Amino acid sequence: MSRSALLVLADGRFPAGGHAHSGGAEAAVKAGRLTDAAGLEAFCRGRLHTVGLTAAGLAAGAAAGLDPHELDAVADAQNPSPALRAASRRLGRQLMRAARAAWPDPGLDALAAAFPRGAHQPVVLGTAARAAGLGPEDTAHCVAYETVGGPATAVVRLLGLDPYQATAVLARLAPEMDEVAARAATAARQGVDALPAASAPLLDITAEQHAAWPVRLFAS
Amino acid sequence: MHLDHDHSHHGAVSADAHRPDGTRRALRIGLGGPVGSGKTATVAALCRQLRDTLSLAVVTNDIYTREDAEFLLREAVLPPERIRAVETGACPHTAIRDDISANLEAVEELEDAVGPLDLILVESGGDNLTATFSRGLVDAQVFVIDVAGGDDIPRKGGPGVTTADLLVVNKTDLAPHVGSDLDRMARDAAAQRGDLPVAFTSLRSAAGVGPVADWVRARLAEWTAVPAPAPAG
Amino acid sequence: MSSAAPAAGTGVTATARITAGADGSLPVLESDGPFALRRTRCAVPGWTRVTVVGAMSAPLGGDRLAIETEVRDGARLLVDAAAATLALPGRTADPAAYALRLRVGADAVLRWLPEQLVSVHGSVLRARTTVELDPAARLVLREEQVLGRHGEPPGTLFSRLTVRRAGRPLLDQELACGPGAPGGWDGGAVLGGHRTTGQLLVVDPRFDTAPAPVRLLGDHAVVTPLAGPAALVTAVAPDALALRRILDAALADLAPFTAP
Repeated sequence: MSRSALLVLADGRFPAGGHAHSGGAEAAVKAGRLTDAAGLEAFCRGRLHTVGLTAAGLAAGAAAGLDPHELDAVADAQNPSPALRAASRRLGRQLMRAARAAWPDPGLDALAAAFPRGAHQPVVLGTAARAAGLGPEDTAHCVAYETVGGPATAVVRLLGLDPYQATAVLARLAPEMDEVAARAATAARQGVDALPAASAPLLDITAEQHAAWPVRLFAS
Repeated sequence: MHLDHDHSHHGAVSADAHRPDGTRRALRIGLGGPVGSGKTATVAALCRQLRDTLSLAVVTNDIYTREDAEFLLREAVLPPERIRAVETGACPHTAIRDDISANLEAVEELEDAVGPLDLILVESGGDNLTATFSRGLVDAQVFVIDVAGGDDIPRKGGPGVTTADLLVVNKTDLAPHVGSDLDRMARDAAAQRGDLPVAFTSLRSAAGVGPVADWVRARLAEWTAVPAPAPAG
Repeated sequence: MSSAAPAAGTGVTATARITAGADGSLPVLESDGPFALRRTRCAVPGWTRVTVVGAMSAPLGGDRLAIETEVRDGARLLVDAAAATLALPGRTADPAAYALRLRVGADAVLRWLPEQLVSVHGSVLRARTTVELDPAARLVLREEQVLGRHGEPPGTLFSRLTVRRAGRPLLDQELACGPGAPGGWDGGAVLGGHRTTGQLLVVDPRFDTAPAPVRLLGDHAVVTPLAGPAALVTAVAPDALALRRILDAALADLAPFTAP
């Protein structure tokens, strides 16, 4: 296990395309559901315990060596929104590019060959983490963090929110990120059937609204 | 040969001059510069000049998604399937420099979708004087400024002005109206850029983009003069 | 009535069963516990209809209730309910479990259209619906969750829906809300203050060739094509009536109820 490899993978500067995605925050801001630091915290907490937990389970599963084809099919079933499925596969492709440059690995090569249009991002992330020598729990931590880090950064740009407040939100969520990562890793060790499927109705609904906007700052 | 070999280098090295099938990929030229300096107009003029002799496509990086792409579509400089817009999450310079993955996806998808291309123009979202393209994304870059933005921009320098492979000073027709001194701009640019070229353009006439088009053709000649890469495998 | 008499301090364990045949028969129709199953007349010819009666005061905390339904090859079954299901606090702090296990065979159709599930203040319920579909099966399934009776705060509800088609996952989602759920469920990412949420799932092999297009149904609902031959309506609404209006309109559009 390399703790430093985890930092490289979880760094917001890791060039895997995440910076152009708001995790639904752009739609929530426009709908008036996210207007300040408190709203950001509630939004991020909801994301973390729903799609964050679910994605962390998939990624931890891939890191634990579960069959990526099976995981990818599960990810499809967990994502009713075609806009979110497309974004997830696109981000999977982008992550694959960065991961193969960072940690050349036959597992990544095989996944890229099997999914030329991109596997779901959490599946690629788990495979990349495995290539980097990381285990399911570290992988799940990475997902938990990016689940809330992305919207927080986006909201700083969208609302001009004080970046110190946004960072404080992330710090307050840290214990819950740990819980989510632990739950995800525990489930992943039990196999595909034990993976969580927590979902967030508003994220699914607003993802399709956002995808139909003619003008937007973020890709999702 | 196993199929995996085809995929083993695909996407791993962004500056790779080969496509997955081993053929030479398109030359990629980036166009950056401040908001309003005429990047999109330059791209449109280049497309009109080059489209009859070259197979080309455009990737736009709008601040607000699709505005530049929509302009190019409206002007009908290229068929719609040859224009792609990349969302930049309110950070256009990140998408062309720090995390180029979405742009690389776009250029590769264009080549896959419309067949072999000679040239892909990657237009950055209007940003500031520090925005430059990653060498992992483009093979050469053009920085577009204009005389109305102030004739002291070349003197101020910045990575775009000093290091771009071509500096374009646009809207020269406006110089008398805004009190900009073109000679001074040329002298300052030369001092900042050494031997790197500068083109003065006015896009009011159809031929105005000529110096830029000539420069692009020269880059393309260099690109294709390199011996064709060996087939993969 | 109950198959297992409740011991002191524990809830009821009961499983009701329905099996529908292609000839319109009901080879199995077993009421159990709080669930009374009635064969009822169907307004549309060619269908078998079963109405669930009496779930009004169940499940209570500690109860373990299930309904198992098998729709055999070629059968057409409509299941509905006489009233909403109320998740209520029990004598113990134990959560209640409510499982629906549905199986639909080749060229069979199941329309599973119950009334709302109301998560009453103080209750804790784990609801789990699992559906196994033949590749040639069709399904219409509605789920509506109401967070608390009128004017009261909600109970705790975990509601998972897992649909497999030909053994492969088609839809798998879990909603958690209420005081015992992890945080953020009422925030801008999950329910955003809405007090009802619901889904309408339509699985039909015809979507393989003509997927349902994405359609926005106002500001708080959407029709989306799944990765398989299915369309899902996801909605949140301020109250049960508004939710039902959205889902009914989508139902009429996606899967009108007609004679075979």
